[in-house]
Amino acid sequence: MSRREAEQPEQADNAPPMVHTGARVRRNEDPRLLRGQGRYVDDIPLEGCVHGAFLRSTIARGRIVALDTTDAERVPGVLAVYTCDNIGGLDREMPLLIPHPCITHGRTQRPLARDDVYYVGQAIAFVVAVDRYVAEDAVSRISVDIEPLPVEVDMERAVEDGAPLVHPDVPGNIAASLVQHCGDADAAFERAEHHTKIRVQVDRSTGAPMECLATAARWDPVSGELVVWDGTQAPIGLRGALSSLFDLDEDKVRVIAPDVGGGFGPKIHFPYANEVLVPLAAMQLGRPVKYIEDRSENFVHMSHERTQIHEIELAATKDGEVIGLRDVFLHDTGSFIPYGIAVAQVASTAIAGPYRIPNIEVEFRCVYTPTVPVTPYRGCGRPQANFALERAMDQLAEELGIDRFEIRRRNLIADDEFPYKREGLIFADGLPVTYDSGQYGAALALLEKELDLPAFRAEQERARAEGRWLGLGLSFYVEGTGLGPYEGGRVRIHPITGKVYVNTGLTTQGQGHATSMAQLVADQLGVAVDDVIVVEGDTGVYDWGVATFASRAMVVSGSAIHKAAVKARERVLEIAANMLEVDPADIELKDGAAGVRGTATTIPLAAIATVSNPLRYAFNDAAQIATQFAPASKGDGPPLQGDSRPGIETEQFYSPPHATWAYGVHAAIVEVDPVSYDLQVKRYVIVHDCGKMINPMIVEGQIAGGVASGMGGAFYEKLEYEANGNLRNASFMEFLMPYATEVPHMEMHHLETPTPLNPIGAKGAGEAGTIPVAAVIASGIQDALAPEGIGPLWHVPLNPSVLHDAVREARSR
Amino acid sequence: MTSSTYRSPVNDDPTLDISLVVNGRPVEASVSPRLLLSDFLRHHLGLTGTHVGCEHGVCGACTVHIDGRAARSCLTLAVQLDGATVRTVEDLEGPDGSLSPVQEAFRDCHGLQCGFCTPGFLMSVTALLDEDPDVADASDTEIRERIAGNLCRCTGYQGIVAATRQAAETIRDAKEQADVPTRG
Repeated sequence: MSRREAEQPEQADNAPPMVHTGARVRRNEDPRLLRGQGRYVDDIPLEGCVHGAFLRSTIARGRIVALDTTDAERVPGVLAVYTCDNIGGLDREMPLLIPHPCITHGRTQRPLARDDVYYVGQAIAFVVAVDRYVAEDAVSRISVDIEPLPVEVDMERAVEDGAPLVHPDVPGNIAASLVQHCGDADAAFERAEHHTKIRVQVDRSTGAPMECLATAARWDPVSGELVVWDGTQAPIGLRGALSSLFDLDEDKVRVIAPDVGGGFGPKIHFPYANEVLVPLAAMQLGRPVKYIEDRSENFVHMSHERTQIHEIELAATKDGEVIGLRDVFLHDTGSFIPYGIAVAQVASTAIAGPYRIPNIEVEFRCVYTPTVPVTPYRGCGRPQANFALERAMDQLAEELGIDRFEIRRRNLIADDEFPYKREGLIFADGLPVTYDSGQYGAALALLEKELDLPAFRAEQERARAEGRWLGLGLSFYVEGTGLGPYEGGRVRIHPITGKVYVNTGLTTQGQGHATSMAQLVADQLGVAVDDVIVVEGDTGVYDWGVATFASRAMVVSGSAIHKAAVKARERVLEIAANMLEVDPADIELKDGAAGVRGTATTIPLAAIATVSNPLRYAFNDAAQIATQFAPASKGDGPPLQGDSRPGIETEQFYSPPHATWAYGVHAAIVEVDPVSYDLQVKRYVIVHDCGKMINPMIVEGQIAGGVASGMGGAFYEKLEYEANGNLRNASFMEFLMPYATEVPHMEMHHLETPTPLNPIGAKGAGEAGTIPVAAVIASGIQDALAPEGIGPLWHVPLNPSVLHDAVREARSR
Repeated sequence: MTSSTYRSPVNDDPTLDISLVVNGRPVEASVSPRLLLSDFLRHHLGLTGTHVGCEHGVCGACTVHIDGRAARSCLTLAVQLDGATVRTVEDLEGPDGSLSPVQEAFRDCHGLQCGFCTPGFLMSVTALLDEDPDVADASDTEIRERIAGNLCRCTGYQGIVAATRQAAETIRDAKEQADVPTRG
């Protein structure tokens, strides 16, 4: 793994050495998880807990003509059967979380269907029973009669006149539409010497976290507190929704995201039916209630993403300089649009990628189809935009007879052009797209070097002579990361043990916050990384903040925590200086203690923390020196003066001025088997830049996981809806999520161009790996099969059958 | 000895008696015939380290050892286990609480992120290395094939492949060390 750095962010004079920050530190969270001591929702032991199960629609679009729960209620062990008729105020359309003026026909679903169903999997009834087995028995005894209505699951046909409507009052099935302009695309197309237009399609997939959705709730009638454990990326948001839906004070609702078994986007959406019905049942029944979604339900309940059809057109000079871009696309939002236009908006604003392209016109329509609702999944529209743009760049290169690397080189934004603004393209933070920093040219050059292109071309020539299909594909992407509005960080040094507690408003689903955030703090306070304890995902502990999404945790929370740690450091230095009677500048914090430079004198952090807190009781030796009567007190006034506070506890917030743009370029050398049409990725090379890396091991883990999802989307994973709206492959048997055998070894190289937008110089990394993979694989296979003269590969996922058909079609021409 | 009745709380549900060894401890139980082994381990014995990812035998998160071999606890009924020996992730650490070579390697190589699939992977890889210590010499491709019974959505498998190799090497080195005759 290679690593190159641009200039470091400026360090203050008294800044501590960066020992942990930037190092490959093993994770604090691992020993617990490796011992089977993780605490996921279903692992929380709740005395007297009862269990829920849903009746779900097996019809895509239909009218409920009869629903009878009598038999289910008679099953021994059943405590309650809920339908829309007995859930009181919850029988309402759930919030549209992110409104936008372009959403002319926003529709959201009810927790339990009333009158109509809109997709296979929609919840109709919720049974609570003594255990999951009995609950499922009872579900099977609910009798429901649904009269099917006509459906159209094909998005292009769904917008045509006369197509069946998902919502009768939404003409053309259009939920939202938006046109954005940057520069003057019409003039650019007028002036251009060459136009290239292609139509690309990306099909539907799912985040498929290993832990499905899960909710548990307990109502305490004594304190009036509702505690909800939920596998969510947004506990603070869910708390807001629950206190508002149930009309409870916020401090009476505590939402805890304990260990969460993967998120990948779908768990940022809330509230799912289980997230409101489990708390309702817990409050009504006076017993803890749990609902653990199973995999077959997850496929038809948790949000999907990806289906988009783009018609993208590039306007270029003969030399391959792209001067204009037009893109018109349809975005499938499923049966509802609860998360607003996020996916389509992010796709539309990523459409010009790393290229200068000064004139852009991009238009999208969000289309209702009678399918599972769509909300962001790792990449959030970027993989689709990247696929459209990069396949178009390849096509332009071919039409103009320019090498694929060369045409990209000619269009990349140069280092001295940053910040590079696309006035008129409004990103998901409500601000114009502004790329903050990067070394795009260097990244491409590094990739070319690592690939050893001359050697590859020679090998490809030999392979072709032997009748083998060997090809090279590449894709360059950018990713707007680190969206606001803000996050907070609180740092507290425990007054007894000297251990450092850190809180923020996020959750983690595997990203290693307990380590990377701890590294930032450990450097400021001179303590070991495993003496910094990061607690997040619990509104009872910390409830200022937003959530984990959009590759933002390190950028936004990391910056807030860093700022809080800097303040805590100042306070420690001040107290230690008083105690040691030296100047704060002479003190260094190291190995959990404050020492006077050049001497052997040190005071442990625990002692400093204890002294910082004036005490009445001398419960141990350390406490004795902090009591108000101890000789150490100055005796010239009260122990706390002015606006000072006890202890060492600091809190800071970080609010990004706008998104920070990470980027990277991937290439693959692929071979297609001429008999089985199976795909073999012989090399997968990555150049990646997410600014300053706090823990390169974790960054690489994020990239590798992203690429694996991307491989799924490129060649394996496709949710297949039948014409009647039934999801054909709702299981891991038929939805082909990659195993280790389908994911290549990845060679990773890093550039580190810090962002000027935050104090730690970091950009986001969570989604990066996924974005370019479909384009890389399609480009590589296109190159491999070029001798066969196959048609363009503009639709993913590909698979052996598609390639077989493409070759057969080419040969029959 | 752990002994109790684990029956469905619905009274007319029949139960069967089983007697087995779990993580070295004898367990006697009276269980509903339809109770899955995964639920028996998790909810009746409190061994929640075994996770359930798909309930149809594909993802491997629920992998445990039954009589020394890796098996899917979500596809096994508790009543099938009469007389069997079961080992779960909770039993992997050493008597002194130290991580096993496989656990240690997963930590060193960043072979886990969210941790949900991890117990299943640990049990699969432990069984693999018990059966075939020569994995240390296998190619990456072979290792990938040998661990292709478990799904992971987080890591992209890179760290898991590396961890499997490191654990194989550690175990082999320890074995070689033990085999060296001690001199005078």
